[in-house]
Amino acid sequence: MMELVCPAGTPAALRAAVDAGAHTVYCGFADETNARNFPGLNFSREELAEGVAYAHARGAHVLVAINTFPRAGDQALWHRAVADAARLGADAVILADPGLIAHAANAHPGLRLHLSVQAAAANPDAINFYAETFGIRRVVLPRVLSVEEITAINREIDVETEVFVFGGLCVMAEGRCSLSSYATGLSPNMNGVCSPASHVAYADVAGNHEARLGDFLIHRTPKGMPVPYPTLCKGCFTSADGKGDSQTGHIFEDPASLDATRLIPALQKAGVRALKIEGRQRSRAYVAQVVRAFRAAVEAAEQGAPMPEGLLARLTEGQAATTGAYAKTWR
Amino acid sequence: MDLTVGPIAFFWSAEQVRAFYRTLADTPVQRVVIGEWVCSKRLPFWQHEIPAAVEVLQAAGKEVALSTLTLITLKRERRQTAELFASGLPVEIADLGALKHLPQGAPFWVGPTVNVYNEGTLEWLAAQGAQRICLPPELPLESVAQLAQAGRQAGVAVEVWGHGRAPLAISGRCYHARLHDRAKDSCQFVCAEDPDGRTVETLEGQPFLTVNGVQTLSYTQMTVARQVDALRQAGVAALRLSPQPGDFAAVTRLYARLLDKGLDPGDALADLRRIQPGAIFAQGFLEGRPGAAPCP
Repeated sequence: MMELVCPAGTPAALRAAVDAGAHTVYCGFADETNARNFPGLNFSREELAEGVAYAHARGAHVLVAINTFPRAGDQALWHRAVADAARLGADAVILADPGLIAHAANAHPGLRLHLSVQAAAANPDAINFYAETFGIRRVVLPRVLSVEEITAINREIDVETEVFVFGGLCVMAEGRCSLSSYATGLSPNMNGVCSPASHVAYADVAGNHEARLGDFLIHRTPKGMPVPYPTLCKGCFTSADGKGDSQTGHIFEDPASLDATRLIPALQKAGVRALKIEGRQRSRAYVAQVVRAFRAAVEAAEQGAPMPEGLLARLTEGQAATTGAYAKTWR
Repeated sequence: MDLTVGPIAFFWSAEQVRAFYRTLADTPVQRVVIGEWVCSKRLPFWQHEIPAAVEVLQAAGKEVALSTLTLITLKRERRQTAELFASGLPVEIADLGALKHLPQGAPFWVGPTVNVYNEGTLEWLAAQGAQRICLPPELPLESVAQLAQAGRQAGVAVEVWGHGRAPLAISGRCYHARLHDRAKDSCQFVCAEDPDGRTVETLEGQPFLTVNGVQTLSYTQMTVARQVDALRQAGVAALRLSPQPGDFAAVTRLYARLLDKGLDPGDALADLRRIQPGAIFAQGFLEGRPGAAPCP
């Protein structure tokens, strides 16, 4: 059966995910070392130790994401996170920064290393390079690849692949995007945040709801309509072609989230080892519901049964779902 | 400190490319990086210009390197990357995966779209043979200073993004094609219509970003004109200038005067505004502020 890798932003979410049938949960420490560095989220060292004990007692694995890029002059914080994850019994660490991976491979030779999606290893050469150089055992593929391309990659590599199937969707190659810091000064790579709430402002102006990120208007909707969270790449913008024609809309991506449920059999056929659910910022109730649905889906896939349709529609952001880059026409 | 000109980000015609490098040969820059940086579909239209451009630049005493793509996915792109390393010229990697093709012991350069955020990564790249590293544009000055110092110890020249629209993101999706209701595979090369990229504005008409095929650039012209002294003190080896339409030679001369202290940094912005009228100049990244924060 394909491995289901589920988000745990809190110890309660970890327990909920394990109880709902997660084979594996992933989490991070409560600091800048992980890419979901949000207030009130993530784990202390003690909480990780308890979470690992809870998961292991029920046959589940725990991965620790240390997937931001260490700040120059301050690498010790990231080195300590890797050492603590190893000491507290994490089954693997998920890393993105080559310097940190080199450090982990040298200092913790027994520790299983997964290459984070934030490393954006998008072809077999890159993946094989990380495998040969650092001994990484699994790669989380960037969300820029089609199912055909994932199939082709799996033919040329020996390490396991993990892909996102549900939740928030980056339209840019992950770990290679500075849009957030361009607008706010804070970025996923440096600070573990994207379009952070600290820089979001909502206002009602002339009969419209407006959502801003920093100094920039990202959404404007008529009163009575919900205004989406102003994630920069999902914003509504306008662009003129210089010949009198212009386009207004979601120039980069609609405020849709990823739902690749129906592609699970194809991903299994493509040789994908693990399916990942995004959403460490989500509630434990959400996590439990999504995990239960996906556990049923991977079990159905294992038996060659059809995928449950529309099971999760009302959980997707803005009520719209996409299969993203997995379908070639998305590009 | 000296000047490096990065690869052309936009889809220019072969004639534009030829004219650009001929003009660049007579400018006060020390080195030039040439190659298709954004989309491999563009390459057949202009790659035959590369040998002549290399020749004219080398004849003018410039150091020349060849750039890889920023996002390498297709078989053809991987093959092209491998071929670059057989050219005999230094290769500037724009995607870390390109290192798979690095011949044993061959030196290479690292472009601004490779994530070099700390000493650990810089030292690791130096051990692989990196000679020069242009840092990601989003880094604040404190990080730049740490990395420049680490670079001096490791024998790596550290560059910063000096001037031009900054590369902010790369995607599997082509936004230029999307703006024309097309998919990437049937793009009909519409990005060629916008030799300086296509402006994206907010719904309030505020210029914000620049779409360039699969790449998203800043709308603002990032300029370190006012921070040249701080960068020099930090030990930065070079400023990277990014090719643009218009009088790019004038841009290179302005920065050369700044480096020679023939131009006061306080006056540089006024000169830049004359060279690139209507542009918004910004450099918030170095100050740890939003990158788009305009220069005062």
